[in-house]
Amino acid sequence: METPQLNSLYQQLILEHYRNPRNKAELEEKSVEIHMANPVCGDEVRLQLRIKNDQIEEAKFVGQGCSISQASISMMTTLLYGCSLADAEILAECFTKMMQGDPDAAKDKRLKDLRALQGVSKFPVRIKCALIGFDALQEALKTYAKEENI
Amino acid sequence: MTTATFDPVMIRREFPTLEQAVNGRPLVYLDNAATSQKPKVVLDALRSYYEDDNSNVHRGIHELSRRATVAYEESRAKVASWVGANEPSEIVWTRGTTEAINLVSSAWGLDNVGEGDEILISVLEHHSNIIPWQLLARRTGAVIKYIELDEQGRWILDELPHLLTDRTRIVAISHVSNALGTVNPVKRVAAAAHEVGALVLVDGAQGAVHMKVDVKDLGVDYYAFSGHKMCGPTGIGALWARRDLLDSMEPYQGGGEMIHFVGRDESSWATVPHKFEAGTPNIAGAIGMGAAIDFLSEVGMDAIAEHEHKLLGYALERMNKVDGICIYGPQSPDEHSALISFTLGDAHPHDISTILDSEGIAVRAGHHCAQLAMQHFGISATARASIYLYNTESDIDRLIEGLEQVRSIFA
Repeated sequence: METPQLNSLYQQLILEHYRNPRNKAELEEKSVEIHMANPVCGDEVRLQLRIKNDQIEEAKFVGQGCSISQASISMMTTLLYGCSLADAEILAECFTKMMQGDPDAAKDKRLKDLRALQGVSKFPVRIKCALIGFDALQEALKTYAKEENI
Repeated sequence: MTTATFDPVMIRREFPTLEQAVNGRPLVYLDNAATSQKPKVVLDALRSYYEDDNSNVHRGIHELSRRATVAYEESRAKVASWVGANEPSEIVWTRGTTEAINLVSSAWGLDNVGEGDEILISVLEHHSNIIPWQLLARRTGAVIKYIELDEQGRWILDELPHLLTDRTRIVAISHVSNALGTVNPVKRVAAAAHEVGALVLVDGAQGAVHMKVDVKDLGVDYYAFSGHKMCGPTGIGALWARRDLLDSMEPYQGGGEMIHFVGRDESSWATVPHKFEAGTPNIAGAIGMGAAIDFLSEVGMDAIAEHEHKLLGYALERMNKVDGICIYGPQSPDEHSALISFTLGDAHPHDISTILDSEGIAVRAGHHCAQLAMQHFGISATARASIYLYNTESDIDRLIEGLEQVRSIFA
């Protein structure tokens, strides 16, 4: 088996987001909040979104975890500002596909900086780290849709 | 092999798993606290049971059943003498330490713990020695109290006289911490617990592996341990308990082998220990655990303990020199079993583990099923390197190289 390359995993951009996470704060007015944890490794995130007219106005998170999980959430939140709910769903699906090794998803320009995480797909035990923020996002979108329909 | 000729390089040749490259480098296995590798003699014992003697135990009259039963019961006797039991019947086979603790919390706990009674455990416990007691407390209305930890992860025993009351029914504590490596003063706590009439259960998952255990000398009532951490197969472990306790307890599970006579309304139970062994047991596992005990006995537990202690001292000395490292648990090797729990700079333990893995070095990263201990230190995870008889100084040197690699990536 080919030895996965560490430098594809620990890119500077990832380490930079890990050390200086964007949008890591509590949101004062939030439309939806989702807590997601990985009991196996202790990664944890509370994702908070403020949504108006089917558009995400603000996205913040609080949590702890490894460089991959923290960088992934940090990058994700920066892309959510001004993002429609439909586009947020597409972003989550696209990122998940990239983690599953889909080469087309990895070329999708909408992922922007998140493409730096492509190397994680070569480290099967770390994929869940990269996905925890997006799992929280998808859960948040589902929860919001349910509450709005009521 | 005797003490005089103890040679870890020779010993590791007995372990086929260790002879491989991982990610292009010879494997350095330092995740022994999670599970140990298995020597050829244990693998041979499993194979020989399945190839030559495979049969159910305590049932058939035929030759294969007789052989399987003899091997199975001989293993029980080996486990009994391994921990200094009075007789083999004080050993109940279980799936492992976890099931052994659950057996006590259910079979003993439900009949002996009531509302307002107290269960004393420590903040250092593995979840397998916390959750069974929380489940029992939930069902009975009992209260759980905790022995707290100091800054080196040692029990604070000044409060012990207040923690133990006439309502304390059981004290459930670990012999050695799987999260920090602390060797706990079990004997002292057991004596204090008995003074208030409480029973003492010891989680020996990391204890009987590395040291000679004498349950009578420890002065405890229950001792639970696993085969797979001491060169044996997975899915087998044992509960040692005082014979009078086993006699007085109700069965844990009902089924075949555990009965004496079955009637429509009332049944009676087999004698101890079979009363606690419903269903076809893990026969191969039990035989494999017996083979593991033979193997460790032949190498010599004193020699193993001495080797591990020396290697631990070497590892602590070298690791302490790595810039940015923070080692949790007792700083003195004398209070420390053969594992080192650490963090390194701002590199998360998962990242440490991934980088070490890329160098062929296996360590554990995470909360080690000891979230209360992690919370005590205000952290969510550590990396853990754990040593066993086949590890060498060169394994530690490789670990140090790997940690330097972590430092360069997270510089």
